[in-house]
Amino acid sequence: MLGSLIQQTVNALTIGSIYALIALGYTMVYGVLRMINFAHGEMFMLGAYVAFLVLSMLIGTVGGAGAIALTAAFVIAIFLVGVIGVGIERIAYKPLRNSTRLAPMLSSLGVSLSLVTGIQILAGPQPVAFPSFFPAVRYEVMGGTVSSVQIGILIAAFALMFGLHFLVNRSRIGIIVRAVSESRPTAQLLGINVNGAISMVFFVGPLLGAAGGILYASYYGIMTPTMGAVIGLKAFTAAILGGIGSIPGAMLGAFILAFVEVGGTALLPIVTHGVLGTEYRDVLSFAILILVLLIRPAGILGEAVSEESIVYKREF
Amino acid sequence: MSVAETLAAAKPRSGRAISFLFFAIAIALIVATPFLPNYYVRVINSLLIYILLGIGLNIVIGYAGLLDLGFVAFYAVGAYSYALLASPQLDLHWPFLLILLVAACLGAVTGILLGIPVLRLRGDYLAIVTLGFGEIIRIIINNLDWLTGGPKGIARLDKASILGIQVARPIDFFWLLLITVLVVGTLVWRLERSILGKAWAAIREDQDAARGIGINTTNAKLAAFATSATIGSIAGAIFAASQRFVSPESFTLQESVLIVLMIVVGGIGNILGIVAGATILMLLPEVLREFAEWRILFLGLLMIFLIIVRPAGIVPRSFGPDKLIRRLFGK
Repeated sequence: MLGSLIQQTVNALTIGSIYALIALGYTMVYGVLRMINFAHGEMFMLGAYVAFLVLSMLIGTVGGAGAIALTAAFVIAIFLVGVIGVGIERIAYKPLRNSTRLAPMLSSLGVSLSLVTGIQILAGPQPVAFPSFFPAVRYEVMGGTVSSVQIGILIAAFALMFGLHFLVNRSRIGIIVRAVSESRPTAQLLGINVNGAISMVFFVGPLLGAAGGILYASYYGIMTPTMGAVIGLKAFTAAILGGIGSIPGAMLGAFILAFVEVGGTALLPIVTHGVLGTEYRDVLSFAILILVLLIRPAGILGEAVSEESIVYKREF
Repeated sequence: MSVAETLAAAKPRSGRAISFLFFAIAIALIVATPFLPNYYVRVINSLLIYILLGIGLNIVIGYAGLLDLGFVAFYAVGAYSYALLASPQLDLHWPFLLILLVAACLGAVTGILLGIPVLRLRGDYLAIVTLGFGEIIRIIINNLDWLTGGPKGIARLDKASILGIQVARPIDFFWLLLITVLVVGTLVWRLERSILGKAWAAIREDQDAARGIGINTTNAKLAAFATSATIGSIAGAIFAASQRFVSPESFTLQESVLIVLMIVVGGIGNILGIVAGATILMLLPEVLREFAEWRILFLGLLMIFLIIVRPAGIVPRSFGPDKLIRRLFGK
């Protein structure tokens, strides 16, 4: 019992840290642009594909790569996806900045569609085996099994989140980004480079999302062009749950969602005597999403949202 | 793309000529359809179904200004109503018109059920909740194997017949769909110009002001959800009857997104725009069929392009059916 509890906790932490990496991208973009970036799940997918490509270019094959090659591939890949993210913002969202709030969201749907089909054309629609970025060793901890892959994912994800925390709260860039997300017009009046801040967000968000994608693909050993859709939606739920626009909120929301999912998957069949099986896990996530929005639309750590900030007038 | 621009900018004379041209093409297409091979009739049928869905969703998005990303759930309700009531699945074989009525009522009820909890939400939040609702419905259908057949879906649906006349060939469905689109389109267009439609417009422009001048925004929004869901459900029932097979694959989030795109690309809040948008989004993949997988990529890029260069859509709101009629038959 204790063993399986430990094992499930580690499972939830692993999935939660991946959700958190993606949720951060959603929440940061929403923070500065008040826009739901539907293409963000695709950054997650691109991360895995670009890492695969970089790795095969570095050492000619993807299997049996050494630690240095893997680390290099990881860093180069997330950096490249960050650059792609900035490029996408410039082309597809920036021209719409003074348009209706619906326009960039629809544009991001177009970006998402284009990226998924683009990868399908280039790499084929079938799933591709993904190399593990961590040595596979299993440890027995009080009767539960914990793999080194999970530990590696946790370390990598927490290192990135700590880096983001430092960037946002301690650096000059962070001050600029926070100022823009507080109030774009005021920041502009104070002479802050708003475009630079937005580009920064569209660099860091996809970068973290891509890292999540690589970790996820190496956890399950597989990648598909459509892997971003469901995970993107989950991470988005996490961002809402924690309070969209809030960075600690996104992390908290991601871990809560992961624990509810893992716990729900284990408990649903028992509680309902097999009427609702594990396949209803996603229903559980979306039900949480809807409940949160109805009861506390600002999320757990979000500031109390005034009607003003969530209302949009003359959208269409 | 500049059709509407030309229409708007040109002198009434040439605008009238272009209106006539498009009207003539539409009539010619309708007259020619019975002589086309079955494959093309099916393409036109699916175009008509999408126009019907677009007209339905447009009530919520274009008229009342509420972004609904879970519209496909109502489409699924209609399709599964037909599939369950006219197939060996539950061994029920109800007549088509009765099922259509049941589907319409079920659609309205589902619409109100979704509408009640989300009444307080606006903007982005509404979009997300409706998106979650659509996914929940799809997952439930996907997993309720004993009732819906799960991912395999329900096959061998009954052939539809209306008052003893069998509706089975693609061309039969073409006439059925054409009549439905014309009737529903006219009704919705009249509805937009009714007092309810004006209440929707007021909510869209400024909800607080609308409430201030005494509009019951709750009822008006619920009416929008119910009407839109009813149309979606009717489209679903006809879709199921024409395919004689339903599966959860037809009711994904992508489908909802596609319908929203149709409205946005064509012209939000305008029935003529929906016809234009649906035609482009449905026929383009057919025209580009030789390029197989590239066409979806092209569609995605086209969408970004159109949203940037023509945010009001191909046919703007101001050029509605009444204007077209005036151009065609007015003095």
